[in-house]
Order: sequence, then structure tokens, then C-alpha cells
Amino acid sequence: MLKLISQRCKGCGICVNFCPKKVLEVTEVGKCAIVEGKAPDCILCGQCEMRCPDYAIFVEK
Amino acid sequence: MGMEQIAEKYFRPGRLPHIWCPGCGNGIITGAIARAVDQLGLDQNEVAMISGIGCSSRSSGYLDFNTANTLHGRALPIASGVKMANPALKVIVASGDGDCTAIGGNHLIHAARRNIDLTLVVYNNSIYGMTGGQYSPMTPKGSKATTAPYMTIEPSFNLLELARAAGATFVARATTYHVPQMVDAIAKGIRHKGFAIVECVSACPINFGRQNKAGAPAKMMEWQRDHAVMVAAWEKMPAEKKAEAQAAGKFPIGVLYETDAVQEYTEAYDGVIERARR
Ligand code: SF4
Ligand code: SF4
Ligand code: SF4
Repeated sequence: MLKLISQRCKGCGICVNFCPKKVLEVTEVGKCAIVEGKAPDCILCGQCEMRCPDYAIFVEK
Repeated sequence: MGMEQIAEKYFRPGRLPHIWCPGCGNGIITGAIARAVDQLGLDQNEVAMISGIGCSSRSSGYLDFNTANTLHGRALPIASGVKMANPALKVIVASGDGDCTAIGGNHLIHAARRNIDLTLVVYNNSIYGMTGGQYSPMTPKGSKATTAPYMTIEPSFNLLELARAAGATFVARATTYHVPQMVDAIAKGIRHKGFAIVECVSACPINFGRQNKAGAPAKMMEWQRDHAVMVAAWEKMPAEKKAEAQAAGKFPIGVLYETDAVQEYTEAYDGVIERARR
């Protein structure tokens, strides 16, 4: 399960870029979100959590 | 522990989001310091974190250790004082490339020369970020800066060779792309008894990236991925290939040098105390 803390997210796009399954996007309002319908594609690899400079996205196993 | 729990445990309550710009590497390095302390299982009260001035030096205000955000370039002398007063503390120093190699350059070589047991984490984003993008001694030659609109003409320091030549007994490098390696290098640096320096190659997407058309933060991290070479592979390279790699801007990461053959400073100072008491 992914957990996003939007209040911390600055929409830098790092997680989006390094997600191997293209699960994430930065929305119009500049926040990270799960692309519609893509949640089941997440393989819980933890790349997003490891790289986020703002501790705004976590993988709960 | 996952990063969520680490942020919860090691960051002061209510301080997040931090002040750094979107995609700034400072958050990754500060997170790596917290991860390293967690990996070592240290009590937060046993850890002191001293920083100088600059964007990266804000880090000490976020982490819940014994902390002090001090003067520009002067983190090392203050950290040395802390260590002298209480050698049982694990003292981590956070310093930017400008803070550490320009105004603080003299303190750097002398802290290294003394082999005092500090762990210096250099947030190297190749620029003075906080003041708007002036070049530092770590800015690669041929970069643009607000103080070099026609590009810098000076070679940059090889910081780790400088530190090693001055007497540092643990020398490592990582990048903000290589997070596990960074955590490992910082943890090993903290464990090392003596002067440890960990250069963290980082990105300032705003004040370095924009002027140098380096692209989005992720692009700057891809540059790190494509230019860092693991030390084992680096050492195996024949001289010619290494020179080629260096010319292409590549650099080794990992623990580059470590020795325990030199006496640590506070330990040597115990001898002074003893002699004075006799
Ligand atoms: S890496 Fe973090 S701050 Fe950047 S867009 Fe993703 S969640 Fe937001
Ligand atoms: S855990 Fe991996 S697959 Fe899932 S969103 Fe994060 S980066 Fe993508
Ligand atoms: S100016 Fe650069 S170093 Fe400072 S917070 Fe912004 S991106 Fe980070």
C-alpha cells in the first residue's frame, strides 16, 4: 500500500521519474498522486520512498 | 525502520515540510543521516549535530539530536569543542561545499590533520544556493554562476584528496541517487574513530540547475547515476581508462580510504590531561 502525505509533497517529480511501473504522476496542483487505475501495478519496490527528498511518500508492506 | 517511522522518530515534531526547494538534494542527505543513526542504533541523546551556514546547514534544526546551527564556515571548530568537552558524543557535522571548502577550508584541513573523531557530511551541490547561485570552490570548471555569467575558469577542488592529504582517516563519497550507499558511508564514518569525511554529491536544481540548464531534479539525479562509479570498479580500471572516465566527469563512490593507524585527537588529549595531573 502506498501512503502519500500531500502536505509535505512539493511536486518535484523525482518519484514519478524513478517509478519502474509508471504508477505516479504530479497533478495540476503540483502534488504527487497515483495515476487513475494504476494502483494495482505498484510492486512495492520502495524506489519512491527511498528517493523522495520530502518524506512524503511511503510504502506500507 | 521505514522512512515514515524514521521521519517520525528523528525529526523534530511539527517541522516538516522542510524549507528546501522542490527536488533539492538536502532532504535526501538529511534523511540519510537519520537513517544512518537509526542503522547504528544510537540513542539520539548520544548524538550531536553541528552545522555552519547555508541551505544545507538548516538540517541541524530539523533533526532531534543535540544540535547547533553555528557560524559560516565554523561548524568544525565548534564541533571540535563539543567533542573535546564530551568525547562520548558522536558528533556529526553538516556543511555545504561553500561553507566547508571556502570560508571553512582552513578549519577543514586542521580538523583532518588532528584526526579528531568527527563525521563531516559535506552537502556538495557545487554552488552557494542560499545566496542565489554564486560559484564555490567545488563548482566544476565551465559552469555558469551568478558570479560567473561567462562560465567559471577555475578548476574545482578534489575535496577528498585534499582531506586525505591533510590527515583525514576515513574518506568516502556518495550521491543523492545512491541512497543506500550514502547511508552506509555515513554509518561507517560515524563508527570510524577519527576524522571522517563523507562527500555527498547533491543537486541544487534551483540555483545551480537552472543556470546550467541541468533539467528537472530527476534529470540531475540521473546525471549522478551515470557519472558515479563504484570504487571497486574504479580501482580495477587501467590508468588510461580512468583518465578517460575522469575527463568525462566520472568519479568514484564508496569508501575510498580508511585507516586506524593514527591516534585520535581526544584520546591523545587524555594523555595531556594525565601528564598535567601528575
Ligand atoms: S518525490 Fe516526494 S516531493 Fe517529489 S513529487 Fe514525489 S512525493 Fe512529491
Ligand atoms: S513502490 Fe515502486 S512501483 Fe510502487 S509507486 Fe513506488 S516506485 Fe512505483
Ligand atoms: S537554493 Fe538550492 S540548495 Fe538551497 S534549498 Fe533551493 S535547491 Fe536546495
